[in-house]
Amino acid sequence: MPQRNAILGASPIRKEGRAKVLGAAQYTDDLALPDMWHGATVRSTVARGYIRNITFAHEVNWDEFCIVRASDIPGKNVIVHLMQDHPCLANGYVNHPDEPILLIAHPEKAALLRALKNIHIDYDELPGVFTIEESEAAVKALVEKNDDSRIIWPTPKADYEGGPNCFKTYEMYSGDAEKTETGLEAAFETADFIVEGEYATGAQEQLYIENNGVIAECFYTQQGEVESVCVRGSMQCPFYLVHALTLVFGLPDDKCRVIQVETGGAFGGKEDFPSVIGSHAALLAMKSKHPVKIIYDRAEDMAGTTKRHPSRTRHRTAVRKDGTLLGGTIEVTLDGGAYATLSSTVLSRATIHASGPYKWPHLRVRSKAMATNLPPHGAFRGFGAPQSLFGVERHMDRIAHTLGLTPEEVRRKNFLGTGDTTATGQPLVDKVDMQHMLTRALNEAGYHEKVARFAEENKHSLIKRGVGFAAFMHGTGFTGSGERRLNSLVYLDVLEDGLPQILVSSTEFGQGTNTILSQVAAQTLNLPYEDIRLAQPDTSVVPNSGPTVASRTAMIVGKLVERASLQMLETLRLQVHLPADHTREEFIAAAKAYRAQYGTLRASARYEPPAPIFWDDEKYRGDAYPGYAWAVYVAEVAVDMRTYMATCTRFDALQEVGKVMHPVLAKGQVEGGVAQGIGYALYEKCVWKDGHLANNQMTNYIMPTSADLPPIHVHFEEVPSIHGPMGAKGIGELPMDGPAPAIMNAIENATGISFCTIPLLPEDIFERVQSLGHPHGGTEDLDPSVDRDTRVEEVSA
Amino acid sequence: MSHPFDLGPEPDEFAEEEHQLAKSGLNLELSRRRFVQAAGVLSAVATVGLPGPLFGEKPATSGQAVTLKVNGQTQALNVDPRTSLLDALREKLDMTGTKKGCDHGQCGACTVLIDGRRVNSCLTLAVAAEGAEITTIEGLAKSADPKDISELHPVQAAFLQHDGYQCGYCTPGQICSAVAAIEEQKQGALSIVSFHTGNTDHPDLSDDEIRERMSGNICRCGAYPNIVAAVRAASKGATV
Repeated sequence: MPQRNAILGASPIRKEGRAKVLGAAQYTDDLALPDMWHGATVRSTVARGYIRNITFAHEVNWDEFCIVRASDIPGKNVIVHLMQDHPCLANGYVNHPDEPILLIAHPEKAALLRALKNIHIDYDELPGVFTIEESEAAVKALVEKNDDSRIIWPTPKADYEGGPNCFKTYEMYSGDAEKTETGLEAAFETADFIVEGEYATGAQEQLYIENNGVIAECFYTQQGEVESVCVRGSMQCPFYLVHALTLVFGLPDDKCRVIQVETGGAFGGKEDFPSVIGSHAALLAMKSKHPVKIIYDRAEDMAGTTKRHPSRTRHRTAVRKDGTLLGGTIEVTLDGGAYATLSSTVLSRATIHASGPYKWPHLRVRSKAMATNLPPHGAFRGFGAPQSLFGVERHMDRIAHTLGLTPEEVRRKNFLGTGDTTATGQPLVDKVDMQHMLTRALNEAGYHEKVARFAEENKHSLIKRGVGFAAFMHGTGFTGSGERRLNSLVYLDVLEDGLPQILVSSTEFGQGTNTILSQVAAQTLNLPYEDIRLAQPDTSVVPNSGPTVASRTAMIVGKLVERASLQMLETLRLQVHLPADHTREEFIAAAKAYRAQYGTLRASARYEPPAPIFWDDEKYRGDAYPGYAWAVYVAEVAVDMRTYMATCTRFDALQEVGKVMHPVLAKGQVEGGVAQGIGYALYEKCVWKDGHLANNQMTNYIMPTSADLPPIHVHFEEVPSIHGPMGAKGIGELPMDGPAPAIMNAIENATGISFCTIPLLPEDIFERVQSLGHPHGGTEDLDPSVDRDTRVEEVSA
Repeated sequence: MSHPFDLGPEPDEFAEEEHQLAKSGLNLELSRRRFVQAAGVLSAVATVGLPGPLFGEKPATSGQAVTLKVNGQTQALNVDPRTSLLDALREKLDMTGTKKGCDHGQCGACTVLIDGRRVNSCLTLAVAAEGAEITTIEGLAKSADPKDISELHPVQAAFLQHDGYQCGYCTPGQICSAVAAIEEQKQGALSIVSFHTGNTDHPDLSDDEIRERMSGNICRCGAYPNIVAAVRAASKGATV
C-alpha cells in the first residue's frame, strides 16, 4: 500500500522555477509575432483642460505611421472597470497629466521616440485639484458659492454615486443605525477620555520590475470587418481585459481572446491597468492591420499607470480609563485620482478594515473616495486595508499614551475573540485567539526586554531605538456577496498520457499560483507534484475562475481545485474501478481506460459558499469575508538623531493563515510584503507636480534593496478554515497591512514623537523635530492627544 | 573650451592606468573612478538637454559592424552605434534572457558579465563590448538544455533550491550579479561593509556583505532573504 504523500505543507520547487533561473521564461517583451509593429502613446502634458489643437510636425513622414484617435474606436470610448467613466482615449478633454490622447505605431521601434516629440498638443487649461483637501474645498465652493470651477468632470457630469468630485461613499454601523447613533451619543457623554487623531498615507507605486506590456492582433472577416481580437500580455486578470475589449470593439466575449504570458511582478498594478494598454494595442492592431506590441518604458509606466490610493483617516474614540472602547467614529477618505477605476471596492475594503481586530460596542464608519486630477489610483496589494489599518493601529497607540496605559494593555482590553461579532456584524465562528497571538509575537520579538533596555540606552545615545507593533486582520477573497457574483469555475482535465491538467484563469506572477494549485491537485489525487500541469491562462481555453486578486487564489480557487480533484477520483472509482489508495500507475491506467471509453475526462467545480453567507450591500452589514487571516507584526527601529534617518532593524511577523500550504513560498510572501511595507513607511514617496509624478524613475523613487532590509522573522499559526483547501486561507495581501503602523509605533517608542503621516523620510523627521523646538526627541509629554504633524482641524462627529 | 562629448582621457590612458593599478591590486578603485567620470558626462548631457544623436532625434543613416563574443560564440552584427549591449542582445541576437527593467542602470535586471565583471548592459554600448567575453544568463548552465539540477550553474541551482526569486524577472540579473560577486570576494575585493566592520583583509562573504554587494539588483517581490541564502550557499560551493 503506497504511503499517502504529504505534498501540501511540503515545499517543492516552483513549477516554473527551472525556466526562471535559466533565463528561458518568456515575458511579453521577449515575444515577437511576424510583421509586428511597435506602438506608443501620446499623453497629455497638462492636468486638466480642453484639447485645442493637435499638430503633426513636417519633419516626420507620417505616412509611415498608424495613428489612432478616439474617433477610430469602433465600440465605446471607454475602459470599463466597475463604471464606464474612464475614456480609452481622451476626446477633446483631459482630466489628468499623462492621459492617453493618441496612439501611434510604426514597424521600427526606434522611430517612435522621434515621432512622439513631433506631435504638439495645445490646451485650454483649467484649474485642477491635486489633493483630497483641494477636492473637498472645491465641493465646498460649489455648495457655498455656486463655484463649479474645480468640480473636475466636464458637463454632462458623470453619474458618480458620491456626488460632485466624489466617486463613492459608504456609511457602516456596528448595529442598527439609529440605535448606534444613540449609543455613540451616550458613549461620548460618559467616556473618561475622548481621543482624536488623523492619519495619512501617501501614494505608492507597485514598481513591478517588468513594465506593463502587451502584444495585440486583430483578425478580419473577408468583408473587411473586424472579426476578433487577441491580446497577449503581462497581467493578473485575463477576463477583465476580455470585458474591456468587448466594449471598445463592440464584440462578443468569445471574439475577444486574452492570453496571459509570464508576468514579471504585478502587486495589483496589473489588475486593472492591462485593460487600458491592452485596448490601446488592439486598436493599433485593428487600424495598422499588423500585430502591435506596446511596452511602456519605466518613466512612462511610473507616471502613467495606477498607484496605491493616498488616504486620510480620522478617528474619534470614546474610552474608559481602563482602556475599554466605548464607541467611535471613523472617517476614511481616499484620493481616487481622475477616474473611478476600482476606487469603490478599494474604499469598501478600507471601510471594513477600519475597525481593526477590536470590539466596538458602537461604531460608525463613514468613507468616501474623492476625485482629483491625478492619474487614476488603482489596485495595490492590500487594496485599501493598509490605509485604514494604519489609522486604527496608530490610533490604538495614541489611546494608550493618552490613558497612560501600554499599547499592549489597550489592545488586550478590546481584541475580538471566538464568538464575538465584527463591526459588520459577522460572527467569528472559527477560533480566533489574538491574546495568544500577541503574547507569542511579543515573545518572539523580545519586546518587553527591549522596551526596558532601549528606554535606558536611549538616554545616552543619539541613536534612539524603539519597538512597536500592529495587530490586524485581512479578509480573504471578495467582499460580501462578491464571490457569489464571481461564480468561479475551474476545470481539471486528464490528457492523453493519463495525467491531469488544471485549467484556471488564475495567473502566476511570482506569488506561487502554479505551485500551490498543483500541490492541491497532487495531494488530493494522490499523484506526484511533478505530474500536475497547468494550462496557460488563455480565455479561449480556460474557464473563468475569477481574477487573481484579493488573496483569493489559495483559498477560493484552491478549494475548487480540491473539489474538482475529488470529483475526478469519484468518477474514476465509479466508472473504471480505480482502487482506493491507488498508485500513480493505477491512476494513469484508470484515466486512460476512461478516455478510451468516453473520449475525454474533465472534472469541474463551481464556487458555492460552504456555509450560508449573509451580506447586505445596502446597510453594509453581514459576513464581509468568507474568512480572515489574523496577524501581529513587531518592528524594531533605530532613529539616528544626527541624520534623522529611521531604519527598521528587525522585524517579526506572526500570522494565522489556516494551513501553510508551502512553507517556503508562504514565508517568501510575508517577507516580500514586509519589504514593500517597509518601503511604504520609510522610503517610497510620490512627488507630484501639478498632478504629474515628478520622481518617475528608480533613482529618486526609492524602494528597499537587499542592503536596506532588516532580518525578517516569519512565524505562523495554523487554525484550519473550512473555506480553503485543507484549511488554507489567503496570505498574499496580509503582510502589506502591518509594517507601516508597527514601524511608526516603534518610532514613537524610540523618539517620543508621534508621526502619523507616511511615508516618513529623514526630511520629514527633521522638519518635525525642528518645529517642536526640541532638537532631540521626547516631545509628546505635553498632550499626547494633540496631533502636531497634521493640520489642526475640527474632526466632525 | 572642451568638446561637450569629451569623455576624458583616451582609452589607452585608461589601459595603462588600469595595468599599473592592477599590479598593485587597486583596479576596483579605478572602475569606481571610471564610473564617476562616465556618470559626470551623462548628467552634464542631461542638464543641458543636448539635442542630437544621444537622444535619438535622427535615425542612424548607417549601421556599424561589430563582432560580439557572447557565451563563447562569436557573432557579427550591424548596429546603430548608439545601441546598448542590452538591446543588441535582445533585439539583434534574440537572446531575451537578459531583461530590461528601467534602461537607466537603476534596477540591475540587465546585468551581464563582461570578462567576468558584472555590468549593466543597458549602460554599455554594444560597440564598446567588442572583443570582450560576454556571458549572459543563457551561457551559465553547463549544458544548453539542462535536464537535471546538476547541469545548472551552481548559482542557478542555489537560486532554484532556495526559492531565490518570485516573479523571476530580475532573476537573470540577480544570478549574473551573484556569480561575479562571489568571484570578487574570492579576489579579495572590498565593500563598504568591509570598512564598516573593519574586516578589510580578504573578508568572508557574510550575510551583510552579500546584502551590500547584491544591493545593485532590485527585487520588488522582496525575495532578498532567499537570494542572500542562495548566494551564501553558492559561495560555499553548496547548492542547498
